[in-house]
Amino acid sequence: MKIALRTAALTYLGVLVLVPLAMIFYRTFEDGFVAFFESVTTPAAISAISLSLLIVAIVVPLNVVFGLVTALALARGNFPGKGLLQAVVDLPFAVSPVIVGVALILFWGNDGWMGGAIPVIFSLPGMVLATVFVTLPFVVREVEPVLREIGTEQEEAASTLGATRWQTFWRITLPAIRVGVAYGVVLTVARSLGEFGALTVVAGGVAGESQTLTLLVHARYIDDHNTFGAYSASTVLMGLALLTLVLMTVLERRREA
Amino acid sequence: MSATLLATVAAGCGGASDEVGGGSDSDSAAANSGVSAVKLSLVAYAVPKVGFDLLIPAFNQTPEGEGVTFSQSYGASGDQSRKVESGLPTDIVNFSVEPDVTRLVKSGQVDEDWNQGEHKGIPFGSVVTIVTRKGNPKGIKTWDDLLKDGVEVVTPNPFSSGSAKWNLLAPYAEKSNGGQDPKAGLDYLSKLIGDHVKVQPKSGREATETFLQGTGDVLLSYENEALFAERNGEDVEHTNPPVTFKIENPVAVLNTSKNKEKAQAFVDFLYTKEGQTKWAEAGFRPVDEAVAQQFASDFPTPEKLWTIDDLGGWGKVNDELFEPETGSVAKIYDEATG
Amino acid sequence: MASLAVPKPPARTRGRSTGGGVGPIGIGVASLWLSLIVLLPLAAVFAKSLEGGPGELWDAISAPSARYALLLTVAISALVALINVVTGTLIAWVLVRDDFRGKALVNAIIDLPFALPTIVASIVLLSLYGPRSPVGIHLYATKPAVILALAFVTLPFVVRSVQPVLMEVDREAEQAAASLGASGWTTFRRIILPALYPALLGGAGLAFARAVGEFGSVVLIGGGIPRDTEVASQYIAKQIETDRPASAAAVSVALLLISFAVLFALRFVTKRKDGR
Repeated sequence: MKIALRTAALTYLGVLVLVPLAMIFYRTFEDGFVAFFESVTTPAAISAISLSLLIVAIVVPLNVVFGLVTALALARGNFPGKGLLQAVVDLPFAVSPVIVGVALILFWGNDGWMGGAIPVIFSLPGMVLATVFVTLPFVVREVEPVLREIGTEQEEAASTLGATRWQTFWRITLPAIRVGVAYGVVLTVARSLGEFGALTVVAGGVAGESQTLTLLVHARYIDDHNTFGAYSASTVLMGLALLTLVLMTVLERRREA
Repeated sequence: MSATLLATVAAGCGGASDEVGGGSDSDSAAANSGVSAVKLSLVAYAVPKVGFDLLIPAFNQTPEGEGVTFSQSYGASGDQSRKVESGLPTDIVNFSVEPDVTRLVKSGQVDEDWNQGEHKGIPFGSVVTIVTRKGNPKGIKTWDDLLKDGVEVVTPNPFSSGSAKWNLLAPYAEKSNGGQDPKAGLDYLSKLIGDHVKVQPKSGREATETFLQGTGDVLLSYENEALFAERNGEDVEHTNPPVTFKIENPVAVLNTSKNKEKAQAFVDFLYTKEGQTKWAEAGFRPVDEAVAQQFASDFPTPEKLWTIDDLGGWGKVNDELFEPETGSVAKIYDEATG
Repeated sequence: MASLAVPKPPARTRGRSTGGGVGPIGIGVASLWLSLIVLLPLAAVFAKSLEGGPGELWDAISAPSARYALLLTVAISALVALINVVTGTLIAWVLVRDDFRGKALVNAIIDLPFALPTIVASIVLLSLYGPRSPVGIHLYATKPAVILALAFVTLPFVVRSVQPVLMEVDREAEQAAASLGASGWTTFRRIILPALYPALLGGAGLAFARAVGEFGSVVLIGGGIPRDTEVASQYIAKQIETDRPASAAAVSVALLLISFAVLFALRFVTKRKDGR
């Protein structure tokens, strides 16, 4: 019986996940490593990789700072509207990426609420905002339960001993939530690199300028009819995803320790 | 002839770089000559990349074009035009249909005299063609054949794609005898769109992709796009119907460009003998008579070629037929697919 | 479950702990941030959808292609959630109760769909089950393709919500049942499953919410054929691309309300099950 269950589970996973992934790896490296390397170092590819990483570099600090503030407010505070704040933090999980794009256009676009006063759509700020939207919950949700769990005893002890709020935060709170923050950051990075739906709506998509790695994959497949190029760019993203998995597993172990 | 063309196209693409953009070549050229590198931005409709892949390196070989790099964006013509109108920064635009440039004239981004030159702002074009699976199993050669039972036609959404508009104008022109009998033309389109069109790809290129993935029996597209697919080894063939439509694709420089001179130089290059030859090699019908003669065997003359002028010009056609909500074709399309 | 509670902080520090560690400024900052990033743009969507009045909103949602897209999306997402309930429980069971070489690796793989960009998922599935399929399975532009893509991206949800609960289940009851002669399946059905309900619901709900909004993984392999395989997110994207923002907003609102309703219902049900 056990074997039957195990076989069923592994077969499902194999067919659904492993075989397709193996397929892409195979097709990418079929012609050798050099072909792959050349395909991912064209000017447009390098620009796409840089842009994706740039967006991550901006989004992560924003999410860490505001995520910590929000987590602290939710875990430690008691104020009217706290339930609403809690719900809003979870909202991005329920919003389709395409709707995120639509929302940003309707708010920041030329005909939107902001009247296009700040140029956001079709440029970097728009892509950053879309990515922040979809990654917003991660740090908060990873840090908040930890904050609740560790309680305020140590922090209160520190403050009665004369530590300022900043010192308390830096010396007591932060080290305790460190793994939670790290895990949230890893999730944020993975999600940022993978953002696609919102970007198809708000990004300029100009090769070499406003095209992220995910948009490049799509453009190569559809616009350029460059299937191999699409596979090789996908492999880069897959590699990053696997790296994310490794980090997640390592941090998971640390968390349970 | 086609073997040479194939070789030229392949050489133009240059090794692994599907993104020719004078990446490494013109960068080193710039470094050598000490010319400060100008970067031009091009926003185009879905299918001309195969042409620009030849033209940009050729331009880089000229003294005017030395050291100039390009960033390019391709997509559905209407979509791209709207993006530029909304503020997507660019120097040069190349759309499928004139109204997509007119939109930018109205917004003040393109000068009104953009199409006053000898070739009216149009450096190349094509004709509407019928693409089928290799061997043309259903024997589809004319517009009437499209209405045969069970034939599924792939053509893009005319609200986002320029290609779609050309595709619909071709049979319309034939059936309505150049617009003299609009009802007959619209009747045909009703049947075509209502009974034979199921998918709504966003652009001409997406339509090609959809067709190549196995959807539909027939693809309506640009002749240059059909040639592109065939030269790429796809299992398709194309037939120019005896009566078809002349496709003219406009190019314009934005007056908001920071490199207007260079941009204009590039656009001018498109009309030179060398530029026109490259367009022809890539499968586009050149506007230069001499070059067209040279490549006559690639571009057969149809029995009857309707033009947009026959129908009263783009202003009239766009308003009467394609205006969302009120245009006659727009209404047919909405009803059939909304 | 009473435990020695930490004594309430004396009144003089309560002023400081109103905002927890960040004070009212912190709350203000968090609120402003969330408003700017999430709330206001979403509000703009709701406003746009009502721009032409509720009549226009209704027309946009009930246009044949829109209606079909919404119904198709909900139906397929529900189906996928159900599939996940079965397969997710199965996988969680094997991961918790079984032991074999490579189990840790398998456990890590579960999170892969979560970490993988959706467009890559689409291209990956297309390479194997599309027109150029090496195994002769051609699913391009069919509903099974959409189901496949959605099953791929929602894989982790039920597994990860069931795993921890399964690990904590009290084995004594199971052993008692076994010693009384109950078969494995009966034990599972009567003892274990009830304990899993909240986790199953939660995981299924998350899977559903993810599936209804999914775009990237469906876009290449689904074909996006209106009134056949076009899902709601693709329809919305199409409306934006054809310059119909009000219609896009209207269908977005419909989709959002559906997700919110499901998640809200789930939260309600699981809270009640927790006996609160």
